[in-house]
Amino acid sequence: MEDIEQRVLERIEHDRKRRPKFMDERITMAHGAGGKASRQLVEGIFVPKLANPALEALSDGAVVPLDGTRVVVTTDSFVVKPLKFPGGSIGELAINGTVNDLAVSGAQPLAVTAAFILEEGLEAAIVKAEAAAMARAARAAGVEVVAGDTKVVERTKCDGMYITTTGIGAVVTKQILSPAACRPGDKVLVSGYIGDHGTAIMLTRGELDLVSDLQSDTAPLWELARALIESAGEHLRCMRDPTRGGVATVLNELALAADVGIVVAEEHVPVRPEVQGAYEILGIDPLHMANEGKLIAVVGAQAADAALEALRQTPGGEHAALVGEVRAEPPGRVLVKATFGGHRIIDMLVGDPLPRIC
Amino acid sequence: MRFVDEYRNAELASTLATKIAEITDPDRHYKIMEVCGGHTHTIYKHGIEDYLPANVELVHGPGCPVCVIPMGRVDDGIALAERDDVIFTCFGDMMRVPGSSGSLLDAKARGADVRFVYSPLDALKVARDNPDKQVVFFAIGFETTAPSTALTLMRAKAEGLANFSVFCNHVTIVPPVKAILDSPDLRLDGFLGPGHVSTVIGCRPYEFVARSYGKPVVVAGFEPLDILQAIYQVMVQLAEGRCEVENQYTRAVRYEGNVEALKAMERTFELRPYFEWRGLGFISQSALKLNDSYADFDAELRFEVPGIRVADPKACQCGEVLKGVIKPYECKVFGTACTPETPIGTCMVSPEGACAAYYNYGRFSRERVKVEV
Repeated sequence: MEDIEQRVLERIEHDRKRRPKFMDERITMAHGAGGKASRQLVEGIFVPKLANPALEALSDGAVVPLDGTRVVVTTDSFVVKPLKFPGGSIGELAINGTVNDLAVSGAQPLAVTAAFILEEGLEAAIVKAEAAAMARAARAAGVEVVAGDTKVVERTKCDGMYITTTGIGAVVTKQILSPAACRPGDKVLVSGYIGDHGTAIMLTRGELDLVSDLQSDTAPLWELARALIESAGEHLRCMRDPTRGGVATVLNELALAADVGIVVAEEHVPVRPEVQGAYEILGIDPLHMANEGKLIAVVGAQAADAALEALRQTPGGEHAALVGEVRAEPPGRVLVKATFGGHRIIDMLVGDPLPRIC
Repeated sequence: MRFVDEYRNAELASTLATKIAEITDPDRHYKIMEVCGGHTHTIYKHGIEDYLPANVELVHGPGCPVCVIPMGRVDDGIALAERDDVIFTCFGDMMRVPGSSGSLLDAKARGADVRFVYSPLDALKVARDNPDKQVVFFAIGFETTAPSTALTLMRAKAEGLANFSVFCNHVTIVPPVKAILDSPDLRLDGFLGPGHVSTVIGCRPYEFVARSYGKPVVVAGFEPLDILQAIYQVMVQLAEGRCEVENQYTRAVRYEGNVEALKAMERTFELRPYFEWRGLGFISQSALKLNDSYADFDAELRFEVPGIRVADPKACQCGEVLKGVIKPYECKVFGTACTPETPIGTCMVSPEGACAAYYNYGRFSRERVKVEV
């Protein structure tokens, strides 16, 4: 390799590992898509201003020690259009999203609070239906909504209803689950079909004139997380909840945090034909599509088979698969081995997933 | 998935790779340009370069329709989008392409009503649903998308839709290929011809490439086996000292093209005397505008657009990268002023542009990584 090429490549790698700066003049939709721009927003503005160690870990939930118990605190806002979609609704999503952030932190959900921003003119029947959906989801996840807040804003100031939920849980694992624990040789598991939620929402909006009976995968993950914790024991390195930005963004975050490479075998990644079909037509990779009821786990190789089996025996984990492996090289990168036989690097989602013309 | 998996068979790929290796002269460096952005996408997605000998290099051509739109035209689009009475519609990936002060996504953040559509007919529907608004469609693309704009215009005229217009930026494929061929420092050995464009224009328009410039052209499909086979056909021609236009994509491309689509274009468009291409400069007769009988639907006539030309930044060397004269990392602004987050030139705009691809994947593109999982 020529010197100049080497120098340029080193500079790029150096820049990529630097904490991202926020350079934009305004917030765009890309900052909310969960990919690179979201990372710039969080790491470029909020983390430096609010600096503290628990926040800087940038995980799904913050671990706060309390009298010998490790308590996890997490919070999440839900803005989804339409409010009701095939397979779920905003109320159900608001519970599952937060209990799932607890679950992948290795914490059994204990309690949830909810704050509602409601639009003037919203039908009461919708509010009632979403409250009922939250109650059902909370029961299914084994938690209660113990406090809340409501605000109403003028017509057109929000899309019907926004919900913010905060959850606390108690860590049940002995080890600290963290991307830093990942090491070469570890295996990557995913708990089922990926991309269902993001694709279902995109198709439901009807902007694309594609019709399918695809459903969102929104579901609580605690039982799957518990199955992994019990089956993999000390060999469980970390778990993640690949929501916005999808599996590829989460794996990139893990690879960067642990300074390892991750290789994914495309042929082992569970993708429904409907999602694959939408991908073929729109040019959006299922690995970049949002999930609301899937988890990704990194486990030591010796425990991988047992962990996979445990996932498959748990309701919701029937289609779990071993999809990849942690490598020493290339550090901070995620490689996909295409079914066709070649390789590609897959990066975090850049911007919102937009259909391609070519 | 049926009709997809058949074209992604790894065993057949290995067979083709062996055949390509057999006819590759180890002492020669080959540069083959895939003209079409869709091909570039397939090449990256499936890692096709892993199947090629190290001395066979693929050069990514000018055929990414969003990347070739110059800054001034994006600015014009944004000016239209920011009018209070306008709903501006465009293809999804066009929204990210930077003008001189931001992209359509930024304009949307400032309050402009910008919506992405999957087809110009969807824009027509927006116009029907919003009779009190002016709906402008940002028409881009080669001969692949031009017929659908043409049909949309014909339908708009038939319906008498007064609130619909087209900001036309359709371009044609042959002039930029000729511009690249005319470059004195050209270093290309052959071309993969664009598949989708050729379903419309057929294969005949490329005959001059073989006849006057002595370079093989193989029109290729978009699945990975299509591309490998087309590369093999180019390599066979080079090995045998032939240069001809061949059609690998026979299941979709007829030699004479799609006569109906060409007729629809003829009814609605005429050639512009010249048009500016990002990275390539002005190319004569390389773009389309609405003809006189559709002038009522021409957004450039209906509204005032700034029409200010914004020169490509001087330091940008996209033209040379496109022609294969320099490598991305040899460009003065590569990786410093010009990055995928803040692109300057066409090659960095699209994720599959030569520079963006090199920026993201450069270190690994030719490394074989054995994966057993």
